[in-house]
Amino acid sequence: MERLYQGAEWDFATLQRIHDACEEIGLRELGLDVYPTQIEVITTEQMVDAYSSIGMPLFYKHWSFGKHFTQHEALYRTGLRGLAYEIVINSSPCVCYLMGDNTATMQALVIAHAAFGHNHFFKNNYLFRQWTDAEGILDYLEFAKKYVARCEERYGHALVERTLDAAHALMAQSVDRYPGKKKLNLRQEEERERRRRNHKERNFNDLWRTVPAGAGKNVAELSIDRRRTLLGLPQENILYFLEKNGPRLAPWQRELLRIVRHIAQYFYPQGQTKVMNEGTATYVHYRIMSRLHERGAISDGHYLEFLQSHTNVVFQPTWDDPRFSGFNPYALGFAMMRDIERIVTDPSDEDREWFPAIAGTGDAMAVLRDVWANYRDESFIGQYLSPRLMREMRMFQLHDDPAESEGILVEAIQNEPGYQRIRRQLSRRHDIGWMDPNIEVVDVDLMGDRRLILHHNVVNGCALEETDAQRVLQHLANLWGYDVLLREIDSSDTVLKEHVCSPRNAVLAAA
Amino acid sequence: MQILDRRLNPSGKSLENRQRFLRRAKAHIQRAVREASQDRNISDILDGGEISIPADGLSEPRFHHGPGGIHDNVLPGNKTFSEGDILPRPEGGGGRGAGGASDGGADAEDAFRFMLTREEFLDLFLEDLELPDLAKRKLANVEHEGIRRAGYSVSGSPVNLAVTRTSRLALARRIALRRPTPKRIEELEAELAACEDTERRAEMRAEIAALKTRMKRIPYIDPIDIRYRRFENVPKPVAQAVMFCLMDVSGSMSEHMKDLAKRFYMLLYVFLTRRYRHVEIVFIRHTDKAEEVDEETFFRSPATGGTVVSSALEAMRRIVQDRYRPQDWNIYAAQASDGDNSYGDGELTASLITNAILPVTQYFAYLEVGEAGQHDNPVMPNSALWGIYERLATDGQALAMRKVSNRSEIYPVFRDLFQRQHEGKAV
Repeated sequence: MERLYQGAEWDFATLQRIHDACEEIGLRELGLDVYPTQIEVITTEQMVDAYSSIGMPLFYKHWSFGKHFTQHEALYRTGLRGLAYEIVINSSPCVCYLMGDNTATMQALVIAHAAFGHNHFFKNNYLFRQWTDAEGILDYLEFAKKYVARCEERYGHALVERTLDAAHALMAQSVDRYPGKKKLNLRQEEERERRRRNHKERNFNDLWRTVPAGAGKNVAELSIDRRRTLLGLPQENILYFLEKNGPRLAPWQRELLRIVRHIAQYFYPQGQTKVMNEGTATYVHYRIMSRLHERGAISDGHYLEFLQSHTNVVFQPTWDDPRFSGFNPYALGFAMMRDIERIVTDPSDEDREWFPAIAGTGDAMAVLRDVWANYRDESFIGQYLSPRLMREMRMFQLHDDPAESEGILVEAIQNEPGYQRIRRQLSRRHDIGWMDPNIEVVDVDLMGDRRLILHHNVVNGCALEETDAQRVLQHLANLWGYDVLLREIDSSDTVLKEHVCSPRNAVLAAA
Repeated sequence: MQILDRRLNPSGKSLENRQRFLRRAKAHIQRAVREASQDRNISDILDGGEISIPADGLSEPRFHHGPGGIHDNVLPGNKTFSEGDILPRPEGGGGRGAGGASDGGADAEDAFRFMLTREEFLDLFLEDLELPDLAKRKLANVEHEGIRRAGYSVSGSPVNLAVTRTSRLALARRIALRRPTPKRIEELEAELAACEDTERRAEMRAEIAALKTRMKRIPYIDPIDIRYRRFENVPKPVAQAVMFCLMDVSGSMSEHMKDLAKRFYMLLYVFLTRRYRHVEIVFIRHTDKAEEVDEETFFRSPATGGTVVSSALEAMRRIVQDRYRPQDWNIYAAQASDGDNSYGDGELTASLITNAILPVTQYFAYLEVGEAGQHDNPVMPNSALWGIYERLATDGQALAMRKVSNRSEIYPVFRDLFQRQHEGKAV
């Protein structure tokens, strides 16, 4: 095969050739299934821009993005941190940003990584299919941006900013963890909001205000259970609850909460599939680049350049290394993908015992495609972390119980009795249910003092960090408009701690 | 697949977010800038630079787990441990052995450092500073007349004749009135010469004669065609300023005092460069006689002699007369002195200020510099110069005057001097 490029220089024809070569290998040999790709070449400054608005090409304006921009820029400018080579967006067409400064080899690597690896994962993984709407996201962001700008015009920057601040603080607790009745479609969502408002404006009649309301329901008769059912409690999606039930929010504020909530939901799968997503992309770029090299499409020198970047990406420092900061998702993901490939094609007896379903079946890509489609980090590790890989990475498990004054116990190491425990524990470390505090709205007396009650279900005695919890509660109270109480409760229903917060400098639009 | 080149897109997509961030953190940033400008060299002020602000008010809180609780963690790189080993806890609890517990703590958040651009730094630095009565003077004097083309007129001087326009109008008129072209007559005449038929010749002669009379009746250029280029006078803003730095360099001025003066001049310079497109500085130093010098000499070279303030004012008056027409220049003057003046010079100084200097300047500031802590002493009598200026100021002359004896006082004084003047209050 002819060389795709010479030297480090590239132009658009080169990119096209690289993409076509990658496409041939990716689709034909690896059997990938991808969204159409849109490659955008950007400058470093635009890359920093993209960083600060969580990679999205368009986003509403908020000071916190400016803060992140400032931070990233300072780090980049002083050379403390390099930039990612690419950013890829889960949308259709799948937008991949390429930095203009990259060499031709880096562009090839990035195209293979983002335009095929991530792209395939976005399109096929069940979490993304279930929770995100790749076709609608850019339109929805456009809507969000315009809507926020319109609100700022109408209700003032300060009010909008305060509402968004508060909503951002609650973002992580504002996703639906279980699929609802109907599929989300952000485009319809936007359309519906517009129609609803038009209808209201058209049918506004001040007379209705003067019509006396019928006798209210007898509140006392509502049992607590009934009340909670009516409000849909307990509710883990805090912004959803506020949007539907917040007594003092203006309609536009509810819409802002809704926007923030939707965006949180859109990013929800990404947090749960870091290892898999990066593992998939790394594995795909490794396969494609190696194949290109085999065919002679890239020279030995360029292949070495690629390997150097690749090994940097999949480097996993050990726990006692000063560079250690937890498991590198690229390293763990790539190692597991390679390991699965090995199990499928060249299993040992141990593998046959541990993975009877896939060991020796021969078609590594079929197994991997199935894995990529149907797992998230937690289940993926729980299912496919092999004893051999645990040995290779020399994994061990520590049990740190503050009640144990002697020190930290080494609970399991990479040996026969330890494999299962290590695997379970590592899988749990990647379970979003264990990573994020589990907080839900449990009760509110809308007819009484309207105090909102939340519970944090404490697991293993891990309480919330005090100052930040207090600050988030302040935001919540401001949105709610009345007192907020957060109880930290352990598994035996004992209340460990209570945080109370009253609303301050009202976020609420003057009624 | 589609490839787009976004590199040429307008940059600064995050600019608005950044501005929002700066606005949000304004109080903190302003304090940081103020402190920074006190500690730094003035020349650095023009460069902007890194500042550090406390992180509160900028935090983006989220619910997350605090320290404590039971943690199970899996780590790579086991070399020596076996199951059941007990490891001592690292000092300070948590630590790396306990895994994620140490991440995201409050320690990383005590300060937030970032770069301000030169413009942002200066904007904050000079915010809400406004020259005294500038608006008033701007309307009256900051403009001068210029001329500008303003279409055409039917009258004017011959030098302004608009030839093209005139010809165009003439052509239009000639066409409208069907003035015969010379070419047409030539053609007929040529035909006449060639023609044998007498009847036809007579006919053609008549036609030629008719055409010729018609041609005479309708002139090639008529006075109503004539147009002149028209000019009108327009006020043109003066975008240039000159700043006079006057300083006493006699032996009584110490290095410390000169340093204070320098800082004041430079702040004034910064301010003026922002306001005007072109700013010139004139340095006049004086002992008992004044001379115009370059900046280096102004601040560095020692000089000896007595002190005659009027000599500097006289020098300034002369320079203004020679080089800076008040119609074309906005003139600012700042004088720094320790307040000494020779005994007999008072009256001359006062009259020069009142009659020659103040009428042409936008602003005249007098800064009396002293040794550190000097002006704290209330018993100190006013200096000779201060006395004179104070008298002028109470007479209603537009003089700004301040005493400064400490480096950190410069900035507040500067703000004070240039703060927007309330209406009705004498400067």
